[in-house]
Amino acid sequence: MQIFAFYLFGAIVIASGAFCIFARNPVHSVLWLILAFFNAAGLMLLVGAEFIAALLVIVYVGAVAVLFLFVVMMLDIDFAELRAGFMKNLPLGLLLALVLMAEIIFGIGAWTAGGMGEATAVVGPQEGGPSNIEALGTLLYTKYVFLFEAAGLILLVAMVGAIVLTNRKRGGVRIQNIQEQVRRRPQDATRNEQPEVGKGVEL
Amino acid sequence: MIGIEHYLVVSSILFVMGMLGIFLNRKNIIIILMAIELILLSVNLNLVAFSAFLGDMTGQIFAMFVLTVAAGEAAIGLAILVIYFRQRGTIAVDDVNRMKG
Repeated sequence: MQIFAFYLFGAIVIASGAFCIFARNPVHSVLWLILAFFNAAGLMLLVGAEFIAALLVIVYVGAVAVLFLFVVMMLDIDFAELRAGFMKNLPLGLLLALVLMAEIIFGIGAWTAGGMGEATAVVGPQEGGPSNIEALGTLLYTKYVFLFEAAGLILLVAMVGAIVLTNRKRGGVRIQNIQEQVRRRPQDATRNEQPEVGKGVEL
Repeated sequence: MIGIEHYLVVSSILFVMGMLGIFLNRKNIIIILMAIELILLSVNLNLVAFSAFLGDMTGQIFAMFVLTVAAGEAAIGLAILVIYFRQRGTIAVDDVNRMKG
């Protein structure tokens, strides 16, 4: 059962990664990316990393992928023009990718054949031990607490940066100016007129 | 039985796929950002696999930090993309070198 689940998740994550890259429509691309994230979360679940799997679904699918989808749909872009160099780069790119992949897989094969003896270690939560999320929390709030705060700082800087970058002064919009309103006095805003009989008031 | 090498092969294929995506879609910066997300996903998969098979939780902590940085990077990258599009009306990366002062 576990082997079947692994091969299912692994095949789908690789296939959806490929479709994400080769899709003609960027919206389809984002949707394939979401499928890849879901299946990667499944792969992580298989080795007992439940918290990271949940975080992957919440953060990536819930925030990052939706942000991508939002930007793709918001910008009015001619995507056919952007694919101009696609076919020209394809043969060399595939060749390079195949060479790189073969080298990495040979490296992994050599590493496992070398008898490091580590690959047979325990998988998943141990019987009677703390659960995954408990162990993670204990480690995160004691040993890695400063790194945790630094991660929060990174998110804060990213948020402020995104707001500063996309905020702009818009012309032609009437915004409430409170200072102007408070400073306004009756003698500046009104005047007394005594028009003669039969004449109106000129504004 | 599933060993660590299975996970490493999956994550290396995903990594190469992300690299290929950057190489092929050189003009479309949205796809480039998505390919970077794929690469970071493969890194996360690698960290989690090693963490589980070596019985050490530190890998999962670092996977969390990689996730944080990936989220921040996506936000800033898309913000830059939006202001670039607002200025120029296109997102072709070839024209970015005109931005130099």
